[in-house]
Amino acid sequence: MVDDYHAFPDAQGRFGAYGGTFVAETLIAPLEALTATYLRLRNDPSFQQEFADDLKHYVGRPSPIYHAKHLSERIGGAQILLKREDLNHTGAHKINNTIGQALVARAMGKQRIIAETGAGQHGVATATVCARFGMKCVVYMGAVDIERQKINVYRMKLLGAEVVPVTSGSQTLKDALNEALRDWVTNVADTFYIIGTVAGPHPYPMMVRDFNAVVGREARAQMLEQFGRLPDVLTACVGGGSNAIGLFHAFLNDRDVRIIGAEAAGEGIASGHHAASLSAGRPGVLHGNRTYVLCDDDGQITETHSVSAGLDYPGVGPEHAFLKDSGRAEYVGVTDDEALAAFHLLCETEGILAALESSHAVAQAIKLARGLPKDKLILCNISGRGDKDVHTIAKREHIEL
Amino acid sequence: MSNRIDARFHALRAHNRAALIPFITAGDPIPGATVALMHALVDGGADVIELGVPFSDPMADGPVIQHANERALRNKVGIADILRWVREFRERDTGTPIILMGYLNPIEIHGIERFAREAVDAGVDGVLVVDCPIEEDATLRPLREAGLQRILLTAPTTSDARLARAIEAAEGYLYYVSFAGITGAAKLSAQGIAQRVGDLRDRATVPVAVGFGIKDAASAKAVAAFADAVVIGSALVATLANAGDEEDACARARGFLAPIRAALHGSKNDV
Ligand SMILES: Cc1ncc(COP(=O)(O)O)c(C=O)c1O
Repeated sequence: MVDDYHAFPDAQGRFGAYGGTFVAETLIAPLEALTATYLRLRNDPSFQQEFADDLKHYVGRPSPIYHAKHLSERIGGAQILLKREDLNHTGAHKINNTIGQALVARAMGKQRIIAETGAGQHGVATATVCARFGMKCVVYMGAVDIERQKINVYRMKLLGAEVVPVTSGSQTLKDALNEALRDWVTNVADTFYIIGTVAGPHPYPMMVRDFNAVVGREARAQMLEQFGRLPDVLTACVGGGSNAIGLFHAFLNDRDVRIIGAEAAGEGIASGHHAASLSAGRPGVLHGNRTYVLCDDDGQITETHSVSAGLDYPGVGPEHAFLKDSGRAEYVGVTDDEALAAFHLLCETEGILAALESSHAVAQAIKLARGLPKDKLILCNISGRGDKDVHTIAKREHIEL
Repeated sequence: MSNRIDARFHALRAHNRAALIPFITAGDPIPGATVALMHALVDGGADVIELGVPFSDPMADGPVIQHANERALRNKVGIADILRWVREFRERDTGTPIILMGYLNPIEIHGIERFAREAVDAGVDGVLVVDCPIEEDATLRPLREAGLQRILLTAPTTSDARLARAIEAAEGYLYYVSFAGITGAAKLSAQGIAQRVGDLRDRATVPVAVGFGIKDAASAKAVAAFADAVVIGSALVATLANAGDEEDACARARGFLAPIRAALHGSKNDV
């Protein structure tokens, strides 16, 4: 039994059995320096004030909670409420974290920023803050993803970033992360690595969570103000897990709030073509931390599939692994088809184009709402907007643009 | 002498020569050729062999060794194969120490205790887990308990406090990474690291090996002047990469190592 979910990670970066610092020797020193700096800034009121100001004036926070009445009516069950991270500048929750990390980079005097990206959302959010801070930006992106996400590649270039295609391994997000780590090992002295989710070695899972936790803090206060109570259920999609932990964290000690993460079940867990690390994976070590991973019996990381590039990752943040094992949160699979159906339904009933990633959370909220009475409240995180996905959706539905 | 690694370094001291430690990825370039290749490395002058356990996500490796991993994995090379090859190698060679070098996930998924037992049984002497620093040492305790030597890495970025911990925990030999970077990069400056390696040797109770960036007789000789051992990986792996068959691969291995080994002759006369 866990007394206080806010007490994690410990000083070694462990969330129970998960997390830690599983990296090559050369990276230990820069990680220790980063941890020391971040722990200092975390308690520095002027740093927190600058971060809060940027979130307010540059990102446009707070993002609203919107009661999706038309969608809820159509379902006929519980009320679905949407936390609108899609309304943030650059169109997703990712910017909360990149602003925070860019401020840390600046405090450490680092002028060169590297990042990995899958869908390109984190790459765009990183390129954005680098443009603003006048920092050099190099984004690693799998060659396969570059092909699937041309618009975001161009956005990054417009913002002044160099996009480096990664041709090793499966040429997707996990390989981009490997390549970014290789860059960092090579350029430790002047380079800051902005990781895009709550994965990687300590302190990243903690730091990225802290920067995204504004979502849940805001949401908790908004719920009390707008509805006079906390929600009954939270749902969010889980790729690496940053938008999900961002929403969940403030509610972890509210034991009556049920917490559900939606993973990408792709073509169905049984098909083997999915990215559901928590639902279908096993504890292992990937990208610097112990967590649930998708791998074969030889320990080789397996290729994943999801219609949404942002969920296409064979690991997951270690805090989610911990929340799963402790029973505090549940993780379920949502298929490509279910996510697409939810995308359309939200679009038709509320005039909101959610990202395909976020549509997994919407699908889960819809499933739950069906089985719950009308007075129950489900708060669903719309982690990003769907404009980036219209080509993918059109192609899947055989529509020529 | 309680283990092959200590015995081998002890013998080398009598010859005033730095040890030659080649690295190959198990199962590369031809899975069936690994045992023959290991013998060829010994024929070419290897004192210790580092055998890479392939992994899908070798985050500390450059393109040459990444591709070696990919080739081996295309042939589905796994821990069971590698241990079988080591056992077969031991039928004809009971003296050359074998270090398995790789990443944690394949070992964890195999089961650390099971891996430790099977590796000792097959004739493995030491294990170097690239992504398991001393902070996470508890994870690998079963390896030590089974009698495998834990080879630790130190790097130019390693702080003094951690260096002290590594020196205390080191078994077999201490592996000094010559520069901040990935395997196969061209950043080695022998002059630049001489003092640091010398300092490490003064403090360590085990021999100090230097790796990363050593690619030929000249660079090996330069480093051997102040190190107890030189590790050669990418340059050898690149030489083997497009070997046509087992015989070709073995000839390349011998041909690659022989001049390097010759250059190490008497390398420690100055100490
Ligand atoms: C809109 C959106 N939601 C979710 C994700 C998944 O990441 P995470 O699980 O870290 O929130 C991404 C990643 O690109 C994204 O762009």
